[in-house]
Order: sequence, then structure tokens, then C-alpha cells
Amino acid sequence: MNTASRWFWFASPQTFFPLAGTVARWCAVAAALLAAAGLYVGLWLAPTDAQQGEVYRIIFIHVPAAWMSMFIYLVMAFWAAVGLAFNTRLSHMMARALAPTGALFTFIALWTGSLWGKPTWGTYWVWDARLTSELILLLLYLGFIALQASIDDTRRADRAGAVLAIVGAVNVPIIYYSVQWWNTLHQGASVSLTKAPSMAATMLGGMLLMALAFWLYSIAVSLVRVRCLILERE
Amino acid sequence: MTAFYLWGAYGVTFVLLAAEIVFLARRVRHAQKADKVH
Repeated sequence: MNTASRWFWFASPQTFFPLAGTVARWCAVAAALLAAAGLYVGLWLAPTDAQQGEVYRIIFIHVPAAWMSMFIYLVMAFWAAVGLAFNTRLSHMMARALAPTGALFTFIALWTGSLWGKPTWGTYWVWDARLTSELILLLLYLGFIALQASIDDTRRADRAGAVLAIVGAVNVPIIYYSVQWWNTLHQGASVSLTKAPSMAATMLGGMLLMALAFWLYSIAVSLVRVRCLILERE
Repeated sequence: MTAFYLWGAYGVTFVLLAAEIVFLARRVRHAQKADKVH
């Protein structure tokens, strides 16, 4: 069987089911280990910030959660688009399985950002472009979940949700570039692929470990949710 | 107050992630039970 045929073979929910179980188990174990390492680096090894003191340590969950909230939405929109274009059942199930975890990370990003904002900005919330667009992302996730739950016919629910997911994807670059396009209270990106990081190596290491842990956690729970959907639907 | 902000952030995050795992585990059990019935 060549590589292309193998990919199509795994597009069948029945053949994907055992693979998802194996991958989910490995990802869950790796996520737990990386989270433990990330928390150790972030809470013990990383030095205290000269300006913000200890409260800056919220960064180790706030930034990875914010990255995951945007990344998961893009992956969800991708699977929704694949499902809409090729009418593949598994793609729609993947999109549906990602939404609750994406919504959770969006809420965590908003919640931790709010708790970080109070001691540093003097307020829990401000209608700033970054915060508002992230809130819109949460509403998009909740809208996607609610829309699919409100339609009894799964095929129609999948297609309706897919349209919403694809249209909503326009919000992700708005969130990312909001700090450049508008004058915002939220700081600019501390980590960029094109520039050197503006933080200590230990801080960056802890943040990347937590980001990797959240990423693997998302894969694990989404795959377990896909397995549930396969059992419920097929 | 620093402890309040830090525990508020870390505590709520890990409680929510744990809740997601618990709800998902319950869903897995229900789905497996329903699958056996069919």
C-alpha cells in the first residue's frame, strides 16, 4: 500500500478508531510529563521579573492557552473545510471534537489574562482590540457547538457548523495582528519566528514546554472525543 | 494579592482541564455501553 492510499485508508472512521486510541494514550502521557517539566521550570527555575514580580508567572499558562485557542480554531476550520469539500465523515467529526477544547483554552486565555491584567494594568477587563477579538473567538466556538447541537440531522449539523467555522477563521489573523493594527493596552508579541525573544531563556523554555504540553493534551482529548463520536454515530 | 492572582489563574486552569477529562471519561463509558447494547 503506498503512502497516499494509507492516508485514505485512515480516513475511514472504523480504521481510524484504533489508531486514535494509541496516539491519544501516547500524547496524554507526553502532555503530563511536559506539563510537569514546564511547571517546574516556570514556577521554580524561572527568575522573578524585575518589574512585575511573581505575578508574571501567569505567562506560563496564559500565552500557551492563547496560542492553542487560535491554533485549534484554524485546525477546526481546516477539517470543516475538508469535510465540506470532500463530504468525509471523519473530517466533520474532527472539527466537532476540537471545538470544546478550543473553547476551553480560549476561556483560560481570557481568564488568566484578566487575572494578570488587574495587577499590571489596574483592571480585569478593557475593550481592547486583542481582548475583544479573543472574546469573539470564544463566542465563535460556543456558536459552533450550539449550532451543531441544535440540528438533529448530523449531516446538516456538520455542514452548518463547517460554514460557521470557515467564516469565523477570519477572526484568527485579526486576533494575532490586533496589537499591530490598533493601539492596544495589550503588549505586542514576546515571541516571534522572525525576531529574537525579548525574555530570559528560562522563561521562554518554561513557556514552550507548557505550550507543547497543551498541544499534546489537545490532541489526546480531541482524539478520545473523536472515538466517542465514532461509537455514537457509526 | 499575588497569591490570589497566581492561584486564581493556575487553580482554575487545572480544575477546568481536570473537569474536561472527567466529563470525557464519562462520555467514553456511556458510548462504550451504548455500543455494546447495539
